[in-house]
Formats: sequence, structure tokens, C-alpha cells
Amino acid sequence: MTTKSFQEHFDNQIENEVSIEPRDWMPDDYRKTLIRQISQHAHSEIVGMLPEGNWITRAPSLRRKCVLLAKVQDEGGHGLYLYSAAETLGISRDEMIEQLHSGKAKYSSIFNYPTITWADMGAIGWLVDGAAIMNQVPLCRTSYGPYARAMVRVCKEESFHQRQGYEIMMTLANGTEVQKKMAQDALNRWWWPSIMMFGPSDADSPHTAQSMKWRIKRFSNDELRQKFIDVTVEQAKLIGLTVPDPNLKWNEETGHFDFGEINWDEFWNVVKGNGPCNKERLQARQKAWNEGAWVREAAIAHAQKSKLKAAKNNKQKSETA
Amino acid sequence: MKNIFHRYGDYGDREAAGGENTHHDTSNEWPLWEVFIRSKAGLDHKHAGSLHAADAAMAIENARDVYTRRMEGVSIWVVESKYVHASDPADAEMLYEPANDKIYRHPTFYNLPDELKHM
Repeated sequence: MTTKSFQEHFDNQIENEVSIEPRDWMPDDYRKTLIRQISQHAHSEIVGMLPEGNWITRAPSLRRKCVLLAKVQDEGGHGLYLYSAAETLGISRDEMIEQLHSGKAKYSSIFNYPTITWADMGAIGWLVDGAAIMNQVPLCRTSYGPYARAMVRVCKEESFHQRQGYEIMMTLANGTEVQKKMAQDALNRWWWPSIMMFGPSDADSPHTAQSMKWRIKRFSNDELRQKFIDVTVEQAKLIGLTVPDPNLKWNEETGHFDFGEINWDEFWNVVKGNGPCNKERLQARQKAWNEGAWVREAAIAHAQKSKLKAAKNNKQKSETA
Repeated sequence: MKNIFHRYGDYGDREAAGGENTHHDTSNEWPLWEVFIRSKAGLDHKHAGSLHAADAAMAIENARDVYTRRMEGVSIWVVESKYVHASDPADAEMLYEPANDKIYRHPTFYNLPDELKHM
């Protein structure tokens, strides 16, 4: 086949909703876009463990502690599914980790905000995981097979994350005056960063058009953001909390909520590394990686030693037999 | 993409058509393993995903943590990815096309009277 016919075959597969698999021919840019998106997604899961890990020892009850531990463990698992999916495209795990640590690869900016009260665990589960689910459900049908399969797994597990978060918010909202205030404060701080999670608006999103053409993305950033706002506003109402946007208003004509201006300067500022916790998060990842180096080396040495020992034993056995 | 050669057996050997040509040293990485899970007795082991581990014992332990947190399995197989050999998508036509025109291998090919029972 010539390159042209490879391209035609690829286009046909995309057109007919046939998954692209690792050994199929694919355009360079499709591969690069996927590596960028999947690794960024994996990094977000791993860095996302940090703000919540902060609260495991301070969870208010044993039940909450078990749940939070399970959730953080899930995030680690999600990171691993996604790293594996990216590796099928020919990038190595270590390369991706280097890119994260050097700042070349990004992760979701939301994790650069601090978690200062217990209510933040509720807000993150409800809003951050809620926004993530909105983004991830369509990715279960993304055109690259290994990514789609990883996302099916992730989505199955993510639903509990959102529900446990909402439960925390609901409990606080029905609690004492101080607890209710704490819940509202968390919503106030996490609302805008959460709706920024969908990324820049369509007009400023350079990759969207191509990604939609390749069926990597199924909906645009703005479509998903609107969908998230529409459902979440109702969820806030249900527990008596107020979404911190004075311009939020039901629009009978469009059938959606209109909402206020997003502070994109803040968004880009955090993306560029100037958020409240960017440095802290990267330092925590680098520290874990560097301090774990001896464990990785020791495990390899141990595996090699065991292999030699087994080989020696087998030899002796066959000689005495 | 040269670096996937030794991680995925013969995987990727026709990939000259795409990808970055960077050569990255993966010799310090734990090897890659493919994980297969039997979800319950009586069913086949099915490919679940992959992971890195220093040896087979660690691969099984990691697979337990990564792929069976919600009772997804009762048995795990792991195999180092470099031992997986795969057919080439470019050969798909040659390999699978011949089955296309042999519909007589399916029971529905035979038109038999409705009155016929137990068949």
C-alpha cells in the first residue's frame, strides 16, 4: 500500500466508526494528539491524588476515611490504565513521567487549587469528578481502541466518586450553621475552576476541530460545559446551596442556563504554572519519583537474582535426576 | 517507533509509516506485562490491560490491585508483552477474506421446511 492508500484506509475506518488499534496505520498527528491527550489525562489522575490524599488522615469518620482511600486508590488505577493506553502508541512510561516532571506535559489545572477544608472533599467529588465524567463518557466511544477501553473502565468507577462527594456536601448542607457555611464556601471556591475544566471556549481551542474530525472528541468544550452547568445547578438547589454566579439564569428559549463570564486570565495563568499549588504538586510528584528510585532498582535486582537462582535449581534437579 | 519492538514482541514492526522517531532507553523500566482476567469460574480469561512489574509474581500482585478492585476476577494470567506475537493488520484481507464467501458454514444457510423439528 502507498501512503495515500494507508490514509484512505484510515479515513474509511474513522468514517465507519471502526476503532483504530495500535498496529493500524495512523497519521503522525493523530498519534501525537492522542499521546498528548492520553498522557495529560493520566497525569491528571495521578496529580489528582494529591489534593485528596491530604485529607485521608483527617477524614471525620472511619467510613469517610475508607471511602476516600478507595477513591484515591481508584485515581491511581485510572492513571495506570491511561498510561498503558498511551504506551501502545509508542511512548514509554518513563518518558511520560519525565515530561510531567519537566513541565513539558500538562495536567488538569483544577488540581493546582488547595483543599483547605473537609468540604473540599465533597466539592471535588461532586464538581470535579462530575465535570470529569461529563468529559469522559463520550470518550468511551473515542476512535482509538485502547483509549476507549480504558475510559469504559474509568467511567464505571468514577460514578461512585461523584456520588460520595455529593453525599458529603449534602450531609454538611443539612448540618449545623457552620457546616452549611463550609459547604457553601467550598462550592464558591470550586465552581469556577470546575467549569474551566472543560477547557477554553471553542473559539480559542486550537485542537478541537481536528480532534472532532478524527472522532477523538465527540462534543466541543462549550457543549460539555453547558451540559454540566445545566445538571449541576439543579443538584445545588436540591441541597440548598447557591451557585456563585449572579448571572446564572434559565433561558426558556435555548432550554439552557445562561451563565456569567469566565475569568480566562485566571485559567491561563494557572495553566502557565502560576496557580496556588503548581509548584507544590510538581515537587510532590518529583519527590515521590526520586525517593522511589531505589525501590524500582531493588525490585529489578531481586527479580534477576530470583531468576538466576531458579535456573540454578532447575539445573541441579536435572543433573541429579 | 523502535522502542516498542522489544516491549511488544513483533508489535509495531510495520509502523515506519507513523510515529515519532525518538529512541528512548527503556532498559531501566520494569518490563511490560499483559493481564488476562477470568471474571468467574467457567468463563475464559479475557485481556484486561497491561502494567509494569519487575517479575511475574509482582505482575500478578499489581494486576490484583489495578484490575480487580471490584471483584472483577477470580483468576489472573500475566504474560510479558514481548512474548505476544500478533498478526499484521496489513494482512487482514489475506487472512480473513477467504471466510467471507463461505456462508454455507453457518446453519442459517440451509433452507429447510418449518415443520422440521429438533434441528
